[in-house]
Amino acid sequence: MGAGVILFISVFLACTVEAVEATTIVLAAGTARDWRSAGSGVVAGIAVLAVITAALGPAVTKLPLPALRLFVGALLLVFGLQWLRKAILRASGHKGLHDEDAIYRKQLAAAQSASARSASARRLGLVPDAYAFTLSFKGVLLEGLEVVFIALTFGGNAHDIPLAALAAVLAVALVGLVGLAVRAPLARVPENTMKFVVGVMLTAFGTFWGTEGAGARWPGSDAALLVIAPAIACFALLLVALLRRGRSASEPPPARVPAEVS
Amino acid sequence: MASKIKAFGAFAYDFVIGDDWLVAAGVVIALAITYALAHAARLSAWWPVPFVIAILLPLSLWRAIRKPPSP
Repeated sequence: MGAGVILFISVFLACTVEAVEATTIVLAAGTARDWRSAGSGVVAGIAVLAVITAALGPAVTKLPLPALRLFVGALLLVFGLQWLRKAILRASGHKGLHDEDAIYRKQLAAAQSASARSASARRLGLVPDAYAFTLSFKGVLLEGLEVVFIALTFGGNAHDIPLAALAAVLAVALVGLVGLAVRAPLARVPENTMKFVVGVMLTAFGTFWGTEGAGARWPGSDAALLVIAPAIACFALLLVALLRRGRSASEPPPARVPAEVS
Repeated sequence: MASKIKAFGAFAYDFVIGDDWLVAAGVVIALAITYALAHAARLSAWWPVPFVIAILLPLSLWRAIRKPPSP
């Protein structure tokens, strides 16, 4: 498998996870409140993201590669290890599984209760429902920032921003279209498994780029990634097995929870 | 204004550092060791980061499961 394919898959999976989370928020805002306002929030969020991307994109490509790799590698390592930590805790039953259905219901209930409380403060300029607009806007902007960060940093480090951008756009478009078609939370997306894979990939790229950015050279150069990623995956699976074994058989697994979006 | 700065600081901390500060600290230390070995000692220095991950990840998991189960 070439480095380009690994880059594409990593960016596509990571961006799919973020897009599923943003879509859940937008669907809740549209269903509970007003589709036009939720749609305006999406458009406004994408517009702000476009400005940020236009500002950051050229800057990323102009940074010296060792400094970029060190900085981005460190960030990816921190993000990757945090994702992997949560994924291992979920897979071993020490933490409730991420549940888009439950998150959707929670957002829906919050939006409906806001509707009852703030009937007089609903309109915002041309937007009929300020709450739906703000909820969608924040969801798209925050999750979108992660998509932009992933695409720019992966693409910048691999000298292939167009491929990383293509993977990100395809992931977001696919999830957005499916979400629009079904108008329901994308609970069938195997999000917990994908987060495990993304955690492994982020940690692997972070390990590779961080080390190279700090001035060291990997044996085998780029081919080292083909060893690093499976080694991290095996290590994480081993930790899942050990934690499962250590968990008391009488203890029930935690419920699927909507408590967090990450 | 102060509350907005505080809120942004909390968001940035949560975005970058996350649930366990030890992970971020360990990553910084591992990369600093790599840098020092590669530049000052001019030694082969690809191994500190994998070595630190092998210690850091189980340690962070152990710290997480010692706490009451979080949702």
